[in-house]
Amino acid sequence: MYGFEALTFNVHGGYLEAIVRGYRSGLLTAADYNNLCQCETLDDVKMHLSATEYGPYLQNEPSPLHTTTIVEKCTLKLVDEYKHMLCQATEPLSTFLEYITYGYMIDNVVLIVTGTLHERDVQELLEKCHPLGMFDSIATLAVAQNMRELYRLVLVDTPLAPYFSECITSEDLDDMNIEIMRNTLYKAYLEDFYNFCQKLGGATAEIMSDLLAFEADRRAVNITINSIGTELTRDDRRKLYSNFGLLYPYGHEELAICEDIDQVRGVMEKYPPYQSIFAKISYGESQMLDKAFYEEEVKRLCLAFEQQFHYAVFFAYMRLSEQEIRNLMWISECVAQNQKSRIHDSVVFIF
Amino acid sequence: MKFFNDLPPMDHFRSENMSLVQLIMPVESAQHAVSYLGELGLLQFKDLNGDKSPFQRTFVNQVKRCSEMSRKLRFFADQISKAGVTTYPNPDSEEVIDLEQLEIRLSEHEGELLEMNRNSEKLQQTYNELLEFKLVLLKAGRFLGSAQNHLVMAETELVENTYSIKNEDRLSLLEQSMQPEPSKKAGLRFISGIICKSKELIFERMLFRATRGNMFFNQAPAGEQVMDPVSGEMVHKTVFVVFFSGDQARSKILKICQAFGANCYPVPEENNKQKQLTHEVSLRLSELEATLDAGTCHRNKALASIGSQLWNWTIMVKKEKSVYDTLNMLNFDVTKKCLVGEGWCPTFAKPQIKEALHQATIHSNSQVGIIFHDMDSSESPPTYFRTNRFTNAFQEIVDAYGVARFQEANPAVYSVITFPFLFAVMFGDWGHGLCLLFGSLVLILREKKLGSQVLLFNFLRMPLEIIDYRFVKSFRVKCHLSQHDAQLSDAQTAGLIKFRDPYPFGVDPKWRGSRSELPFLNSLKMKMSILLGVCQMNLGIILSYFDAKFHGNPLDIQYQFIPQIIFLNSLFGYLALLIVIKWCTGSQADLYHVMIYMFLDPFGNLGENQLFWGQKELQVTHYVAIDSSCCGSSLDALPKTIYIEETTHRGRTYGFLGTSEMDLDHEPDSARHQHQEDFNFSEVFVHQMIHSIEFVLGAVSNTASYLRLWALSLAHSELSTVFYEKLLLLAWGYDSIIIRIAGLAVFAFATAFILLMMETLSAFLHALRLHWVEFMNKFYHGDGYKFKPFSFKALADEED
Repeated sequence: MYGFEALTFNVHGGYLEAIVRGYRSGLLTAADYNNLCQCETLDDVKMHLSATEYGPYLQNEPSPLHTTTIVEKCTLKLVDEYKHMLCQATEPLSTFLEYITYGYMIDNVVLIVTGTLHERDVQELLEKCHPLGMFDSIATLAVAQNMRELYRLVLVDTPLAPYFSECITSEDLDDMNIEIMRNTLYKAYLEDFYNFCQKLGGATAEIMSDLLAFEADRRAVNITINSIGTELTRDDRRKLYSNFGLLYPYGHEELAICEDIDQVRGVMEKYPPYQSIFAKISYGESQMLDKAFYEEEVKRLCLAFEQQFHYAVFFAYMRLSEQEIRNLMWISECVAQNQKSRIHDSVVFIF
Repeated sequence: MKFFNDLPPMDHFRSENMSLVQLIMPVESAQHAVSYLGELGLLQFKDLNGDKSPFQRTFVNQVKRCSEMSRKLRFFADQISKAGVTTYPNPDSEEVIDLEQLEIRLSEHEGELLEMNRNSEKLQQTYNELLEFKLVLLKAGRFLGSAQNHLVMAETELVENTYSIKNEDRLSLLEQSMQPEPSKKAGLRFISGIICKSKELIFERMLFRATRGNMFFNQAPAGEQVMDPVSGEMVHKTVFVVFFSGDQARSKILKICQAFGANCYPVPEENNKQKQLTHEVSLRLSELEATLDAGTCHRNKALASIGSQLWNWTIMVKKEKSVYDTLNMLNFDVTKKCLVGEGWCPTFAKPQIKEALHQATIHSNSQVGIIFHDMDSSESPPTYFRTNRFTNAFQEIVDAYGVARFQEANPAVYSVITFPFLFAVMFGDWGHGLCLLFGSLVLILREKKLGSQVLLFNFLRMPLEIIDYRFVKSFRVKCHLSQHDAQLSDAQTAGLIKFRDPYPFGVDPKWRGSRSELPFLNSLKMKMSILLGVCQMNLGIILSYFDAKFHGNPLDIQYQFIPQIIFLNSLFGYLALLIVIKWCTGSQADLYHVMIYMFLDPFGNLGENQLFWGQKELQVTHYVAIDSSCCGSSLDALPKTIYIEETTHRGRTYGFLGTSEMDLDHEPDSARHQHQEDFNFSEVFVHQMIHSIEFVLGAVSNTASYLRLWALSLAHSELSTVFYEKLLLLAWGYDSIIIRIAGLAVFAFATAFILLMMETLSAFLHALRLHWVEFMNKFYHGDGYKFKPFSFKALADEED
């Protein structure tokens, strides 16, 4: 019943919403970023972070610090927070929270499969996986030779199983196949998540459909740009776009036939919300596009907190902290490699 | 007036005089000076580097070193608790070592410990592997043994570390499903190993899927727990044997084993070989065990020696870190040879601080002394009350509302008496009061044992302690009243006539059960509440007089204090007077009537409500007084604001000459205090206006609010009556002992939890409200900030 969530939302969701808003206020502020940008060594970064929410996670690390340790510990904090929320959640919030992790699962599956293809050690790959996307039998992915086996052996037990219906082929795995698999999975995942949110209704549906549509459109643009100059046919490309979002369906038709980045730009500029993104980058450039998209995403995610009594705050918080960890990683890398002038290239401020 | 001036100084009434002081310390003696000041704990440093981030400050490296050391200390503590070594802090061996030595020693210890951990880890791993191997040998050997019984032909095949056996029954079954023509030549092989029990089910399912069901899985629990090499915890494991056929299946199964972290061990198929191997493994196991034990023993010894010092070291590192944190708040002077610090200290502490600084100079063999002098300040100093463990609880109650403005009248002084008193009035039952007294005595006696809970109990205990003996007192008050009443009273309705001596303590039990019990008690308690309320509010207003006088503010006395006290006393003070007169004379006058007709018809005849001679004239005066003060106090805003305006104008004209003196006298009135700013007439006027209206309305509502004294007391007595009569007496009425015991149990439970615990909480809460709102809004501003000296003692307390 739209408009009446305020009546009953707090029965189950009130506590967790308060928790997530509390977490959100613990995100680093502009002043924190300013201070971090002035750091000379990774120890300085650690020292500064020790005054923030990350403090307890970093305080027991011995002194020669590496970027990976920092990122690992920060991710650990996110995971702990997520687990805490998941423990407390009731239906349908718990399902909603689980949906958030499916994206990480897809990435992990792809990471392991690609890794095994290039004959890397499974344990080493497992360490690189995002802890939110772990499932029991993930290590067994290495056994599979083709998609069908992958599905039949491992993924049939995971929540990803339904997304596989479109990509079960007996072809052997190669880089191209895997990438197509990733995008097909992601497409199915986004659509499923979208439908789930629509089913929830209310403010959740309204805000999440906006956020997911943005996500879908961004993926569509990325797929287009990445597939330029590859042997992917137009029809195949078209199949990878999610069936919702601002660009659906006419924008997709146009994107499918793009041959270079400027054509993509031409398509996107027809859509007012994306004009500002493309206005920031000069012609022919695709490097800064990621950052521009991230900035826009952060802006939208922050707006999700303006409204109460809906689940999108959880999604927004997870995404924002992920962005924060990305920022920390970039800052730490820059500090570690003495490239402080480049810090601002990739940091997206969250306010 | 002279009498007031000659009163002895009251320590708790005003916060300590504070001085803003400046310290100029030579760099070489700065550290010692600061640590001496930390021991003393009477100086609050101001952060002079607020604009710098933590790692841009001067002593950032030392701070980092300290946090590194505390990390190591935490590591030791962690290791000690993991190893389960119990250590006793050894206060005797408090050797004096400086920070550098400690740092070296800590890193030595850490290196040693890490080395030992690494060695024992390697050994442990080998040990675990052997243990697992042994378990696999034992369990898997049994499967194979049972399989061999069915073995028809010994057509075994040996491929690397996997052995194949042929099992007639099983083979044929498997082969039938696999091949249309069973071939006896196909080999059946097996892999044996050990896996975590939690993963076993998924593992089996995965094997089944990978081999499309062409395998046979056999498992048995390993019996004893094996240490998990990653987490170091003991886990249950399961031994398994998988039978399968074909090379492809084998590589798949091995991969799956690897993915699941299952360790595979080759098991020879012949019995005697198995026995031989088992024997070898057992031998090596016992050898390893001895080595491991020796290692653990050695490590525990090392940990114990660390543990005995750990506490001292932790405190020391903490102190050092706080010293450097403090040093980071100081500024370098231009020559970079001195550190300049500013801070607040109580004026009485100056000689002590000077002494400490002097010692620090001697200690550090510095040529130059530390300069310590006063500074002028325009900002308001922090508030510092010297408290002991008893008064601290009440000071905390007041501080929870708001920290007193500098040198403001401190309500905590009165709360020490009034808070428990009001609590007792509401609790109003000395039987239960005695129970509370015993409870709090137990808490006080066990204070030391309870350790960390002390803080909480300290807080609770203090009021409780006096509450209980105030109790008796409060009841004395009551009994005095009831004596009067009893003098006048008779249980009959007509009038209260004395017919025998007053009952010595409490309310005469004759009232109990009589029809007029409730009206009598209600009237008694209500009147008593009003009396107490009027007294306490008057006290509050009088305090505002002392405050105004102390800060030299005649304006507040003339236009705030005088109208307020007139208003309150001519209305409710008069009511209180009437109550007392009525009690003393035994008159049957109707006080409602008197009060109401004082307004409706001030000049009318009082008739039978005449309580004393000249009452009419007094009432007329009061009526006039109320009217005038009522209008007056609201209109007072006008003259006051005009007056303020004038003074500020004057202040501004003379500003250049006299501002520094004017800065020093801190006035509570914000309008004058900030005379540098533009004076806003309407704002001050509206503010005063609101204040006056608030007071007039507040006087009525606050007096009504004191009726909660009656309400809670009533609730308590009624509840206890109900429990006593309806529960205990009812149960006692039966002849069965079970019902009696049950009734007694329920009664005890209700008394303990509802009457003692819940009622205590609610009475506490209401006493808190009466103080915070009704009492303190008469005079208390509470917008100061607390004095937080740099002190090692506070640091150690934090640790607890």
